[in-house]
Amino acid sequence: MASSTTAASAVASGGKLYRGDLGMWSWVAHRITGVATFFFLFAHVLDTALVRVSPNIYDETIATYKNPLVNLMEIGLVGAVLYHALNGIRVMLVDFWSKGPKYQRVMLWATLAIWFAVMVPGAYFMILRTAKTLLGGGH
Amino acid sequence: MAIALDAPRSTRRKPSRRSNFELQAWLFMRISGLALIVLVLGHLFIMNILDGGVHRINFAFVAGRWSSPFWQFWDLSMLWLAQLHGGNGLRTVINDYARKDATRFWLKMVLYVSMVLIISLGTFVIFTFNPNISN
Repeated sequence: MASSTTAASAVASGGKLYRGDLGMWSWVAHRITGVATFFFLFAHVLDTALVRVSPNIYDETIATYKNPLVNLMEIGLVGAVLYHALNGIRVMLVDFWSKGPKYQRVMLWATLAIWFAVMVPGAYFMILRTAKTLLGGGH
Repeated sequence: MAIALDAPRSTRRKPSRRSNFELQAWLFMRISGLALIVLVLGHLFIMNILDGGVHRINFAFVAGRWSSPFWQFWDLSMLWLAQLHGGNGLRTVINDYARKDATRFWLKMVLYVSMVLIISLGTFVIFTFNPNISN
């Protein structure tokens, strides 16, 4: 039964069960978020290394991270890392849990649900101070 | 006269000389990934969300954190694992998309140099950090 259904859908999709399917896009997103995070890490270790040069130079550089536009990019970074972490757990469950492949699609929806549940309050706290400053003087 | 032939699957057969590197790299991605979930998400939560997030970070904040061996060890582990995990990820991406052998070789050389640079610099900074450095 199950195998004939799989065979039928394989025929219907032109023999491509993976390509173009949701699982492929989760893999594409995993690569993009991973590469983006690696490039950020390069810059981040360099800016942190300025603590070894001078406190003033470090503080001036770190002020960049408090700029409203960069603040938005930080939400993007946290979102990228969080997706990569959650989908990484999903990949490990597919690899090591006997029922992982069966539930891979359900786990992708769970991944996205957890991502939104964390990102909504997370983004709120990340943008709060910037929004206050921009909208009404703030601190 | 009997000809001396090894039986199939004889224990005297030499073990495979093929490298296990790719298997070990695959396993490392999963083990380091598990550790990085705690290390990196904890780092991002403390640095970007908790108690005013990025707005409270300055030299004094860093000095306060690195006065504790716990956070020094946290940051050092995160640096090494993230560089090796991300470096291996980029190595895979380069292997997949580079079309010419020369391109593939040089992109990987740039990657390896950047990994050595970032791991060395980061480790040096954590070990030699001086909270009383002059402005």
